[in-house]
Amino acid sequence: MAERDVWILGASMTRFGRYPDKDLIDLGAEAALAALDDAGVGMADMDVLAAGNLAEASSGVGQRLQKQIGQTGIPVYNVANACATGATAVRCVYLAIRAGEAEMGLAVGLEKMGKAGLLGAAARADRKVFTPSGRYGAVMSVEGRLGTTLMPGVFAQAGLEYAGQHDGVGFEQFAKVAEKNHAHSTLNPLAQYQKAFSLEEVMHADMVAYPNTLLMCCPTGDGAAAVVLVSEERLRTLPDEQRRRAVRIAASVMTSDPWTEHDQVQPDVNTLTREAARQAYETSGVDPRDLDLVELHDCFATAELIHYDNLGLCAPGEAGKFIDERGPWRDGAIPVNVSGGLISKGHPLGATGVANLYEVATHLRGEAGDRQIPDAKVGLTHVIGLGSACAVHVLERARI
Amino acid sequence: MAGPGPGAGTLGSRSVGAQVPIVDYLDLDGAQARLLAWCCDACGACYFDRRNACARCFGRSFSRRPLATTGTVRTFTIVHRAAPGVEVPYVSVVVDLDGGGAVKANLRDVEADPAAVRVGMPVRLVTWVAGVDDEGTEAVAFGFAPVADTAGAGGGGDDGGA
Repeated sequence: MAERDVWILGASMTRFGRYPDKDLIDLGAEAALAALDDAGVGMADMDVLAAGNLAEASSGVGQRLQKQIGQTGIPVYNVANACATGATAVRCVYLAIRAGEAEMGLAVGLEKMGKAGLLGAAARADRKVFTPSGRYGAVMSVEGRLGTTLMPGVFAQAGLEYAGQHDGVGFEQFAKVAEKNHAHSTLNPLAQYQKAFSLEEVMHADMVAYPNTLLMCCPTGDGAAAVVLVSEERLRTLPDEQRRRAVRIAASVMTSDPWTEHDQVQPDVNTLTREAARQAYETSGVDPRDLDLVELHDCFATAELIHYDNLGLCAPGEAGKFIDERGPWRDGAIPVNVSGGLISKGHPLGATGVANLYEVATHLRGEAGDRQIPDAKVGLTHVIGLGSACAVHVLERARI
Repeated sequence: MAGPGPGAGTLGSRSVGAQVPIVDYLDLDGAQARLLAWCCDACGACYFDRRNACARCFGRSFSRRPLATTGTVRTFTIVHRAAPGVEVPYVSVVVDLDGGGAVKANLRDVEADPAAVRVGMPVRLVTWVAGVDDEGTEAVAFGFAPVADTAGAGGGGDDGGA
């Protein structure tokens, strides 16, 4: 088993933001080539390529990318898995190496969204004559008529459900999450936004879906990230210069949501996150208290707060206390989203689940510059895509 | 808040234009509007849409049954930014129905203010007209309203038109 352990050999990401002059493949190629350079290898060394993208998912993104970085005939997997798309691409390469089919592979997450506004809210013409369609026999759009299924509201409801069940959680605690992530982003030159906001500014920003104000919602944007993964066996044959910077993947877990009654009407982001975390801690032997940093899926401030509890970063039911005591700040008990998180670093959907690996690996290598968490040895990444898909990775600094 | 609003009990009195439910699991045929679920014959799990097999126990046969028209708010949000054509702000809720089943809907007859909504508040099913098509047919949607009427705003009908 140990010989099939998988390591990150190289990692890279573009700055997240808006790139009107670059196309999707430009962004992907930039991240992919930089990751290969970082790993000290080339496309000829790759046994497998996985590309994660949502907006152009049916267009052979991986093959289009190959035409810009190298066509070598290797298997290409194009994947789409909601906001867990990037992590799913990583898992394709990881599994190929674990299975013994590949020694080295490249996973790229890439997305070009532009300034898209409220996702899912595009104008939709209702039928002129009501005719039932779909599995619910709906005669018109039910969005806003039978509650909300758009992301800010869904995650607001997830947060207020937690607030209703636990003491010490309210609008202010959720807002503090965004205050923290915006503050963290000022140290990250790769973040889409690098501007601090006071708690008052966060709370008084335009309301999107209570309790999530505009400053508590992630932006849309463009960007790409890539990692080169390698088998431990192959890593042992590489020069010390490459081995020294390699980061061990101590756990790689993916889950979907198990049946619950409420999950049928409102995606339950808790069950699958808890299960992924449980498996990841068990596989890696890492205790949450050992974590030096966590990059978790803060698509909305309400989401981050409930994941403190889901990932075991705080005592059960005490996510409000955890943020009140500044536990997830970069100088707190377990720094969370020191990159600025999705809220401020940005969330180009397909890139996110690779970019968080880049962030944690960069800290474990001691190469994170101004935002470096001192002497970081172990970190965790988490993404969740509604529908739902959840991925958790535990990364360790190790010597081989 | 005196009457049940349009929908329940008043459907048959309309002379012009028909009404259709916004979704097929809203049953407007009786005196009281109600929600119908497909419930797994093996484990009892309930679904509003048709299922090929039960997501919980994999059973393959289902029977339709009405769910309770009362329940409690499990969670909520107040939506201020929405798709075009949707009036804002409005309150979205997930309701735990008495006797089992959960459903998402708008909370009606309540101020769109976090101080006016709380997790655990008792609610009841109501209906309202959500739209009219080119033939004058009205789409009737369901929602929920607070049960303990705290003399909220407005008094009379809550249909709010289309």
